[in-house]
Parts: sequence; C-alpha cells; structure tokens
Amino acid sequence: MQTWSLVSICVLLAIIARWGVSLNSYSAGKPPMFGDYEAQRHWQEVTYNLPIQEYFNTTNNDLNYWGLDYPPLTAYHSWICAYAKTINPEWVELHKSRGYESTQHKLFMRTTLVADLLIYIPAVVLYCLYLTDGSSKKKVSVMFCFLLYPGLILIDYGHFYNGVSLGLALWGILALGLGWDVLGSMAFSLALNYKQMELYHALPFFCYLLGKCIKTGLMGRLFLLVRVGVTVLATFALCWLPFLAEPSQAMQVVRRIFPVARGLFEDKVANTWCSLNTLIKIRSILSGDSQLYLLACTLLAVLPSCIRLLTKPTFWHFKLALVNSSLAFFLFSFQVHEKSILLAAPACLLLNDLPLMALWFLQASTFMLPLFLKDGLLVPYIVTSLGFLFFSIYLLSALDHCSEDKLRLGAYNKLFYWVPKMDLAFIVRWKFYISIAAMVGLSIAAAVLVAPPHLPDLFPVLVSTTAFLHFLGTFIHFNVVQFSEPPSRKSQKKSN
Amino acid sequence: MAADSCSWFPALAVGVSLLKCFFISAYRSTDFEVHRNWLAITHSLPVSRWYYENASEWTLDYPPLFAWFEFGLSQVARRFDANMLQVEKLNYASPATVLFQRLSVIVTDVVFIYAARECCRCVREPKGSRDILSQPSFVLAVLLLWNFGLLLVDHIHFQYNGFLFGFLLLSVAKHLQSQHLQGALLFALLLNLKHIYLYVAPAYGVYLLRSYCFTQDNKDGSIRWSSFSLLRLLALGAIVTSVCALSFGPFIAMGQLPQVLSRLFPFKRGLCHAYWAPNIWALYNVLDKTLAVLGVRLKLLEEAELPLASMTGGLVQEFEHSVLPSVTPAVTLVCTLLSILPAAASIWLRPRGARGFLRCLLLCALGSFMFGWHVHEKAILIAILPLSILAVESREDAGIFLILTTTGHYSLFPLLFTPAELPMKVALMLMFSIFSFTALRKLHSAQGFLLHPLEVIYLLGLVAVAIACEVVFPLSPWQQRLPFLPLLVTSVYCAVGVCYAFLRLYASLLLRREDKPKLL
Repeated sequence: MQTWSLVSICVLLAIIARWGVSLNSYSAGKPPMFGDYEAQRHWQEVTYNLPIQEYFNTTNNDLNYWGLDYPPLTAYHSWICAYAKTINPEWVELHKSRGYESTQHKLFMRTTLVADLLIYIPAVVLYCLYLTDGSSKKKVSVMFCFLLYPGLILIDYGHFYNGVSLGLALWGILALGLGWDVLGSMAFSLALNYKQMELYHALPFFCYLLGKCIKTGLMGRLFLLVRVGVTVLATFALCWLPFLAEPSQAMQVVRRIFPVARGLFEDKVANTWCSLNTLIKIRSILSGDSQLYLLACTLLAVLPSCIRLLTKPTFWHFKLALVNSSLAFFLFSFQVHEKSILLAAPACLLLNDLPLMALWFLQASTFMLPLFLKDGLLVPYIVTSLGFLFFSIYLLSALDHCSEDKLRLGAYNKLFYWVPKMDLAFIVRWKFYISIAAMVGLSIAAAVLVAPPHLPDLFPVLVSTTAFLHFLGTFIHFNVVQFSEPPSRKSQKKSN
Repeated sequence: MAADSCSWFPALAVGVSLLKCFFISAYRSTDFEVHRNWLAITHSLPVSRWYYENASEWTLDYPPLFAWFEFGLSQVARRFDANMLQVEKLNYASPATVLFQRLSVIVTDVVFIYAARECCRCVREPKGSRDILSQPSFVLAVLLLWNFGLLLVDHIHFQYNGFLFGFLLLSVAKHLQSQHLQGALLFALLLNLKHIYLYVAPAYGVYLLRSYCFTQDNKDGSIRWSSFSLLRLLALGAIVTSVCALSFGPFIAMGQLPQVLSRLFPFKRGLCHAYWAPNIWALYNVLDKTLAVLGVRLKLLEEAELPLASMTGGLVQEFEHSVLPSVTPAVTLVCTLLSILPAAASIWLRPRGARGFLRCLLLCALGSFMFGWHVHEKAILIAILPLSILAVESREDAGIFLILTTTGHYSLFPLLFTPAELPMKVALMLMFSIFSFTALRKLHSAQGFLLHPLEVIYLLGLVAVAIACEVVFPLSPWQQRLPFLPLLVTSVYCAVGVCYAFLRLYASLLLRREDKPKLL
C-alpha cells in the first residue's frame, strides 16, 4: 500500500484518539479558582480586552486570579483564540465571565486544540519519514507509535497547548537534523517564547550548534555563529517587541514567567526532592536561597551529556542529549510540575533506535495516575496506555531487540567488568515485565482502593516514587548509552 | 516488518476494540435508553410480563432470544449499577450505566471478531507470497473489523449489530466451508435474535433446498429430482423448529403468541423513517413532490387539493402522496418479493455454489432495503458486510463495493447530528474510505481500473454534497425555513448510488458464468 495512504490513516487515528479523549467532560474545578480550563478562558478574556502592555501587570488585571505566567507567544495565541467573541461575546467579557461554562464553549475550546494538529502532527510525520532509518513500513510504524504517546494526549486534554510548544521544538529538531541550522534555531526560539519550560531543551540545542561551529573551519565557524545568533536575537526581539519599550515592563514579564517565590515542589511530583522528602523533610531544611544549590545540582547532572555532545555533535548524540537534559532538569530542578515530564517526549525520537528503553520510559512517563484521576481520565488513561504498549511492542518488536549490542550497552561491560556475564536480554526483559506489572498493579490499586486514613497520600506517593525510580534509571541508562559507541551503520536485519 | 503471518489478526482486533473505547463518552441515541429499558424489563419482571410491559414507550420488539440475551446481560449489570435495572427509572444514565452498556457492546463484538476470522479463512488466496498489506484476507479483516458503519451505529449511536452480524457472517462462512447444518443453525438463531433478517431468509431457503437437499446435479447443471434427500430436509427442519421452539415455546405455552407477534411487527409506522433511507421510496417521494410543485406552477393542479401533511415534516406517520399513487405496506411487500424473485430463481435454476448463495443473499438484502416498508438506513449494513467478502476476490465486485459502501456509509451521517461528533465521523469515514480504495485498488491492480470515470465523478459529487450539508447549510439563511433539506438531498443522492449498485449486482448474478471454486 502506498505510504501516503498509510500515513493519512495513522494521522486520522491519532486525531480520533485525541478527539475521543477530549469528549470526556472537563473537570470543572471549583470556585473560586476553578481549573486550568478556566485559566485558558481567562487569558483569552484578558488578551482580548486589555492593551498589550497590561497583559502581565496589575492595573486592570487581577494577577492572583490566573495571571499570565507564560511568555508572550502564549498571550498572542490566546488573543487569536479570543476571536471567539464573534461567536458569543459572553465567553470573554472582562471580569464578568469568570467561571463561564457551557457545552458550546467546551466545544469551542476543544476545537482550538487544532493548533496542536497543525504544528505537532506534521512535525512528527516529517521526522519519521525523513530522519528515521528502515523500510517505509517501519517508518510508518514508528510514526504511529510516536503519535500514540499517551502522555501528550492525556495532558493536553486538560492542560492545553503543550503540543504547540513541543511541536515547535520538534520542528527545530527536525530542521537541525536536516542541516538547516538557522530555521532550526528560529523554530526553537519560538518554542521558548511559547512556554518557558522549553528551557529544559535549550542546553542541547546550544551545545549542538556550538559543537558544529567548533568542528567547521574558521570562516564557516564565524559565519554559522553569526547567523544563528542573529536569528535567535531577532526572534526574541520580535516576540517581545511590545514589552521592550520600557525595561520595567520586560522585567515584570520575566518575574511572572519565573516565579521564584514558590516552594521547592508542589503536590507529589516524581523528582528527587519530592521523593527524598518522604525520607527526610527536605522542604523545611532548604530555604529560598538554596535555589542556587539546586541550580548547581541540575547543571552538574546535565554536564556530562552536554560535554559529550559538544565534542561529538552528531544528530544521534543530540537526540540523547535532549532526553538526558530534560530528565536532569525534571529530576533536580526547582518548582517542577508533574506534567513537565512531558518535556522528555524527545524520547519518542529514540523509538526507532532503542525501542524497548524508549517505550519503557514513555510508558513510565504516562504513569501520572493521580493527576488523571483528578481530571476524570481513568478510562482514556487505560485505553491509551494499553494501545501504546501493545502497538509499540507489536509493531516495533521491542522485546526482540534486547541484546547487548542492540541496547548499546557496551559501556556497561567496561564499568562492571567484575560482574559475571549474564544473559542481558533475559534480565532486561524480565525487568520490563516486572515494572509494567508494578505500574498496572499500582494503577488498579489507586483507582479502586481507598487509602487508609492515617496515610491519606499513600497512593500518590507510591506512584510518584515508582515513577521517580524509573526516571532515575532511565537517566542513568541514557547517559551510559551516550558514552558508548554510536550505532553501527550496518543495515539491520529486514524481516518482513 | 517483524509481525509474523498469523499475528496481524489479533493486532487488528485489539486495535479496533481499543478504538471503540474512545467513544464511550460520545453521543448516545435513544437506542441507549431502549436497551437499558429492556435490561430492566427482563431483570425485574417475570417472563409473562415481558411483552406486555409498556411503562416506557420503548417496548420490547425483538424476538425472545434477544430478550434472554438482555436477561443474561442484566446479571452482569447488577454489579455496575443496580439502579439501571428498575423499570421506573426512565432515561437513567449514570456513568456506571453508560460504561456498562458501552462495554457490553464492545465485549459482545467478540462474536463478530470470530466470524470475521472465519470469513478470512474462506477467502481464496492468489498464488505467490505477498506483502501482508496486500493479502486478501488482511484486507477483508480490516474491511470487516474496522467497518465505519458498524463503528458509527454500534459504538456511538448505540446498538448490538456487531453481535448480530457475527451470527450472519459466521453462518455465511460455514456455508462457504460447506458445513450447511451449522450455517442453518446459526441463521435460525439469528432470526430469533432479530427478525429483520427474515428479509434474507428466501436466499437461505432456496439455496439449502436446491443445493443441500438435492445432493447431486445433472451434468448440465439442472436439477436431478431423484437425488432428493429427505433426511437432509428433515434435519434442516428439525434445527429450525427446535430453535424456534426454544425461543417462542414459553410464550406459546402461555398463549401470548399474538401479543408477541404484534410487538414484533408494528405496521402503524410510515412509509419512510424520519430520515429517509436512500431507497426507491425516497426517489418516489421526491418525484411526487416535484410533480406536485410543477403541477401547481403550470396550473394543472389546484393547490388546495393537495394533502396538507408534508413528508418532509420528518414525522413518522402515515401520509399520502399528492400526484403519484399512494403506497401501502402490501404494495411494498409485493415490490420486494418481485425484486428478489429473479435472484432466487437464478440460484434455483443455475446454482453456483456458496458464492452464488452469497450473491443471492446480498440481492435479497438490497432488494428489501430498496422496496421495503419503513426501512432504516442502518439496514444497508446487511448488504455492505457480506459484499466485503466478494469484493476482495473479484474486481467487478470491488467496484460495486466501493460505490455501495461510500454512499451507504455517507447516508448514515445524519444519525450523528451533534457538532461534537462531526470530526469523529468525518475522520472515521475518511479513514475507512482511504483504506478501502487504496487496498482494493492494490489488490486488483493487475486487472485494470476499479471504477468507471462516471462513477468517480458521482463519488466526488458526494464530497460536494457532504460539504454543503454539514458545513455550508447550517450557516446559510435556509436553515430556518427548510430544516430537512440536507436530509432530503443526502438520501436522494445516496439513493441513486444504491440503486445503481443494486442493478449492477443483479447483472453480475444473472449474466455471470459459473463460479469455479478453486482449491484452497
């Protein structure tokens, strides 16, 4: 069958999956603050009714009620969506429309997710068709699994437009993979200006481009540096133009985007500090100044991967560095939200090369059950996770490629030479089964059982600790892989 | 691809079952409440009251075996939410109820999945190893399991057609495998589950009598009266009567048979369903309306003489035609019988094995769709699903299949009229159409084009009609004055396609030479 028809069928299935999840009733949240849905609606209200200079400061705009805390591009996007006024002005009336909800409005909000379709899905399709190896059926299989990644589908349903920022970052990655450095940097700058969380990916982009600059000759080096620098600055300037008139306004925006007054972490998130908190109460030990220590910790974690990328700026190392960097930031950074694990979605880029580890990690990253239970997404969670697991294992034959060579674990041998040689494939497979069984068991328990009264947070804590262990393991594994030899260019066995 | 030859079927089945789960929260039609009511009736009331209960307007109008099926389901329903099983709780739809009912459809579809697998086994595979995606059995599996009409009607609109079609397709598969007694048993069960399949009973009757009861034919294909086997006839009769006895027995014993029959065959409804099925009567109605309007314009008729009740009012009631003669149930019955007579005669005089039977079955289904009384557009699925089997084997049938499927599926669009479901139905339809066109074209690529240019133009016109009805019309000023115009246009346009497919299928049955069965 022709590739275009297979690709369109996969894209249509992805659309149906996303729309099907969005058919669930939005969890309205309670007054006075309601939920993330209300936040989006409020931003449309603010951006439509107020002049640009007032988006981020207080005069007419109560910042405590869901003030804008994303960079300007999100504000512009909300402004475009606010053309909802033409359908029904009540939706965005200043001050009066707080907490507004109706079926039509929900339908409208769902349709605005088309932005996700226009930006994210084409990037995925192009990446899989042009930057993955293998037969066209293999490429379509990878694309299908990539599009089915449950984390993004489920999170975007309730927490909006992560697909846009990830999509823009993906366009950046795609462009860099094809060698179009200027376009890639422009796309990534746009992604940064959309959601500041993309900073998790900034270091790999920087190191990759810098590494490429170093590798080329003197004139080429200067030329590339200038081109990329100018592009980035120009993109930033364009997005921030309305706020550059007064430095204080720009500072106010920065203060909104990086709220340093908040605590170490919120809720139960699967990073190091929250998990350590269960053993030693870190939150009370570390004060506000300790942010510098945390920053140092994070940078230390990111450093090995980035240095390796600087010395060997190939696309393969770039992909690994993206995953490692986002994991490092997630695990060690300040004020991390559960959904930031989405930023490790670049692991989808590795579905073709390292199917088992990529899918294992992606499945663990979807294991955010308490959040989904709060959003009322239990059934979609089960269905999408099952679908992703099943099709990844079936189409990419992930469990077959477990040998030492395939997992690129040559470096392990050098590290642990004293450990007797065991059948690595067997061990890995069994670890995978046990881990999936644990996640399934915990999911069922969290959904069905009620926590005992003296341990009210039992299940969220168990879930986040399990996820944390997975993420830590993945982080270490991918760092080891980055220091092993790159994949050999020999053609893999084609088994049709 | 690493998938080996036997594992693609479970993958397809798992995939479509997971897809069905995405529709759990989607729009549900009144059929949801119908089945909940039946769960309540069969669970809470004694058997003697099942066909008398009318607290709700949705009375039990399927045969007794289906009532027993609902009784079985109600035992499981108890664990989800016992409140749904109370007859007084009309329109009860708690989240647990919705989840249970939707899951029950998804789970009972396992019958359909099994039947699809059996059909895939019966398909003739051409010689030479092929890529999985171009194997006829794979294409058939997708066309059956991922059929757009079934997904729409069963899993969004809500009904148990997958379960019922499983029986039909399994029966057909058994006949294709020459296990006629099993096929007859399955069909008898099916008839007692939903009596609409009576429409295809003539095909079964003629085929089994001619090809099973007469064990041998003369050399020229004509009937050899001496080879009549009374034993086989008695076996068939025993099967059918025992199934019917099992199903209707208790009610006959209680003397309730007339009441049951009156529930099963309500003739007070109108010629056309609220949404006109794309059959002959839709064209007839339009012709009548046009002639009436023309007559008034040309001063041949007085406007005052025309009956006031309008067909486009969309209400299910009896009405009269103004210019052309009125149509009564008896007339439709005669037309239906006349339309299927040539097909039945053809397989009596020149039996062509099980595939000839399948064609006759299709023609009975389509004929009754075209000429029947109060036909629902969902009934087009009875023709589309079996035609899939023929479509993967023959190029001509593939062409007819594409036309019938596209128009038949599109005529189901008005069933889902909510804006929230619009992207779903468009995406599902596109998916199925893209697959069926490209896969069938690849399958029969050696033998030339599947569709004539005029047919392609007709199908492209369907896209234009779709855009006009779904997008342009709701935003235009005629929305208030003529709210049923898009339905009318849809059913008339599709009726043309369905009639054309009917005629072509007839031609292929009557003019075709012997189907030589190849060794599998």
